[in-house]
Amino acid sequence: MNRQGRPTGTGDTSPVQHRTFTGNYGLAIEEKLIFEIGRVDTTGVDLDEPDVFASRLGGLERKNATGLPGLTEPETMRHYVRLSQKNYGIDTGIFPLGSCTMKHNPRLNEKMARLPGIGDIHPMQPLSTVPGAIDLIAELSRWLIEMTGMAAVALSPKAGAHGEMCGMMAIKAALAARGEKRSVVLVPDSAHGTNPATAALLGYRVESVAVRDDGTLDPEEVKKHLSPDVAAIMLTNPNTCGLFERDVVAIADAMHEAGAYFYADGANFNAIVGKVRPGDLGVDAMHINLHKTFSTPHGGGGPGAGPVVLSDKLAAFAPLPFVTKDGRYVEHADEAGSAKPLGRLCAFHGQMGMYIRAMSYMLSHGSDGMKLASEDAVLNANYVRAALADLMSLPYGNKPCMHEVLFDDHWLEGTGVTTLDFAKAMIDEGFHPMTVYFPLVVHGAMLIEPTESESKASLDLFIGALRELALAAKRGDTARFTGAPHYAPRRRLNETRAARQPVLRWTPSKPQQEAAE
Amino acid sequence: MRYLPLTPDDRSAMLARIGVKTVDDLFADVPADKRLKGLLPLPKRKSESEVERVLSRMAGRNTAAGAVPFFVGCGAYKHHIPATVDHLIQRSEFLTSYTPYQPEIAQGTLQYLFEFQTQVALLTGMEVANASMYDGSTGAAEAVLMAHRVTKRRKAVLAGNLHPHYRETIKTVSAMAEDKVITLAPKPDGIEDILSAIDNDTSCLVVQTPDVFGHLHDLRKIADKVHEAGALLVAVVTEAISLGAVTPPGEMGADIVVAEGQSVGNSLSFGGPYVGLFATRQKYVRQMPGRLAGETVDADGKRGFVLTLSTREQHIRREKATSNICTNSGLCTLAFTIHMTLLGEAGLRRLARVNHANAVALADLLAKVRGVQVLNKAFFNEFTIRVPGKATDVVEKLAKKGVLGGVPFSRLDPRAKLEDLIVVASTEVNTDEDRAAYAMALAEVVA
Repeated sequence: MNRQGRPTGTGDTSPVQHRTFTGNYGLAIEEKLIFEIGRVDTTGVDLDEPDVFASRLGGLERKNATGLPGLTEPETMRHYVRLSQKNYGIDTGIFPLGSCTMKHNPRLNEKMARLPGIGDIHPMQPLSTVPGAIDLIAELSRWLIEMTGMAAVALSPKAGAHGEMCGMMAIKAALAARGEKRSVVLVPDSAHGTNPATAALLGYRVESVAVRDDGTLDPEEVKKHLSPDVAAIMLTNPNTCGLFERDVVAIADAMHEAGAYFYADGANFNAIVGKVRPGDLGVDAMHINLHKTFSTPHGGGGPGAGPVVLSDKLAAFAPLPFVTKDGRYVEHADEAGSAKPLGRLCAFHGQMGMYIRAMSYMLSHGSDGMKLASEDAVLNANYVRAALADLMSLPYGNKPCMHEVLFDDHWLEGTGVTTLDFAKAMIDEGFHPMTVYFPLVVHGAMLIEPTESESKASLDLFIGALRELALAAKRGDTARFTGAPHYAPRRRLNETRAARQPVLRWTPSKPQQEAAE
Repeated sequence: MRYLPLTPDDRSAMLARIGVKTVDDLFADVPADKRLKGLLPLPKRKSESEVERVLSRMAGRNTAAGAVPFFVGCGAYKHHIPATVDHLIQRSEFLTSYTPYQPEIAQGTLQYLFEFQTQVALLTGMEVANASMYDGSTGAAEAVLMAHRVTKRRKAVLAGNLHPHYRETIKTVSAMAEDKVITLAPKPDGIEDILSAIDNDTSCLVVQTPDVFGHLHDLRKIADKVHEAGALLVAVVTEAISLGAVTPPGEMGADIVVAEGQSVGNSLSFGGPYVGLFATRQKYVRQMPGRLAGETVDADGKRGFVLTLSTREQHIRREKATSNICTNSGLCTLAFTIHMTLLGEAGLRRLARVNHANAVALADLLAKVRGVQVLNKAFFNEFTIRVPGKATDVVEKLAKKGVLGGVPFSRLDPRAKLEDLIVVASTEVNTDEDRAAYAMALAEVVA
């Protein structure tokens, strides 16, 4: 006791569990929907009513209320801060989602994106008032071309899948320019779902090519699928099993001999920046996810940016707008000279807000830092592999991987624990799970990508926890898994119910509806 | 390197644990003759202050919208963004999270997506909305593909007054997918004969309101005719704030509403990233592209949210998916939903009234400039003026006088040969002084 009479001890130490009045438990605070706490007559934005004027809306005034609820600023702040606290981010801890590349997002990048000369310039203000923006586009193009060893880059695609579409369109346009129409695209069965979806969107028939026993593609198997009707192959390298396609050059040669093109999915470019250039491997087109390799934030699912680098053969077909090598900005086909742009992929110029962030990352790292980042990413993944190989099963054997390591669920057989259970138990240990059930070529896949952003201490803790969980699963401690997560903002959610009886928006409950009427 | 936590000692210890001598042993599968020797011919690492200096210098060469009287629109608008919005979207748990594949630790993202979907449905007057598209233009292209799926037809008709960039985006995708697109000529006076282009092979009509020249359109009669032909009406809105003042397409018979949501919470950023709003009727929900958040319960019966109806999507359906979209506009969606929550019905309505009033005041002022003609009768916050001479020259000369006066229509669509038109936008950020400066500069330029 002190003079104020304030107890400084621990209080009653016996474990007590009771329901709280609020439903909150300390810092774990429940938060209602804005529709349950907001009011249509409340606003957090002060604005004076305009002076009296005659509406010129031509009789199209909105008569019915929108029903949008408003909150004042302090209420708004609290609502979203509470929601944020139910999320796990890279800044919370390791986020080892394979093929997603959850690396550190430098805050310098955010600061640069908010410079008024970047964040507050309009895409259609005169080009004479934005020379710095054109410089930035030219400079980013130069870096991407240099890093990939390609001939040209199309910056405007808005995300990876959009970039895939752009690259495959360039291939289709090049074939058309040759007077050819081919109908088949080859996609390995280990590919991202966006690859077959993109090919199908462009009217191609997708032919799946099986990977061989070591998780990579066999050029002989590819050749079996080749014919004059094959337009391209879409190949991720390093692939989704975390392995470098060691026969990539032979595959590229086979495609080219057949008059077809090699599209590379650049989702995993982060493993090889500064180590090898895709252009030297025979790639004709490759998208680059700026939000993976170059650290622009994932933001809960976007925005991304998916520039596409193109080989000599495809460069002429790059979409509008683009910047020429001499720094001229081309917005229209009529200004394109000898080029044959395939058209426009979106309004305006693409994701400038992401270009500046990626540029900030590249300048910060430089050629030496980017190479080291690739090496550390690969080193970290292999360290995890080496530390878990005795407990968890590696479908393609215990051999070096690239920036991510793939386990399957063979080692869980007979334990009553599934890959999903294991992932959910990781949540209770304070980790975001790895990618699960992808790629589809192995059963119960667990794909771990630690990235270069993790310290050795962070990896050691992660490894320690996974080893302990693996041992627990093997000794039959199933309850710890099948009920997990126990300590997250929510227990396991009923996804079947969500899909069978979709509730995709809030609607007022009956009494509220009646009151409104 | 400030972003890389491994120390040289760590690296050595880890290589030893792995059982290899050098890190290059881990790259053994990369063909030896293709591996880079040494570094890429690019500059080496820079300190934070050096990077800031380089990029600030580039940015400093651009004229920021906030620095001058600013009237540029055509699909991207300069609005005030409350400080709260930018603060909140930079919270680590939002900024550095991923697509919510593990819903138990992503309820923050999932709940705001559910709230966003509801806000978009209310705003557009539609029944359901998805968790966003890349932007308005790519959303419009997706809407056409969706209409093809719903109607099992493959011919879209695009109104002439659809934003030319949207038209080109749709045309590119359609050409590649070998679908047919009928495009009509732009009509600066806003009077178009769209209906005669609709026939029984038409999958959809894409029409924009306010259109690219700023004209407002009553879609009700058009909707009836389109539905009679068994087609869908796709309504495009490039200025989301207009929905606070104007009858929403959902109340005028639209089947799909696509909007650019940049105006709410998102900065101009030279064209991206933005956020596409996509809303439709409940009966078409399984043909809708993009992510969807849905309500459910957890093992304890507590309300929670998950991504749902993913059997439409590429990661499950692969080549049979409704779209190849994966990443969308998560963080821009958050900015939109926070700003919309701050506004609410009352704030949105007032903001829309101020925009309209400012545009009306500007139109009246510019109409008084000798030689300048305002083409619009009904408009929201954007209208078109006809100027003597070439619009590109006029806009360039205005810029030299420190006024960014709008978009020459010929820059959007050089082939239309409409060279004397400037599309002018005015929002709540413009003051009486801005308007007076514009009118005075324009009078000098066209004199």
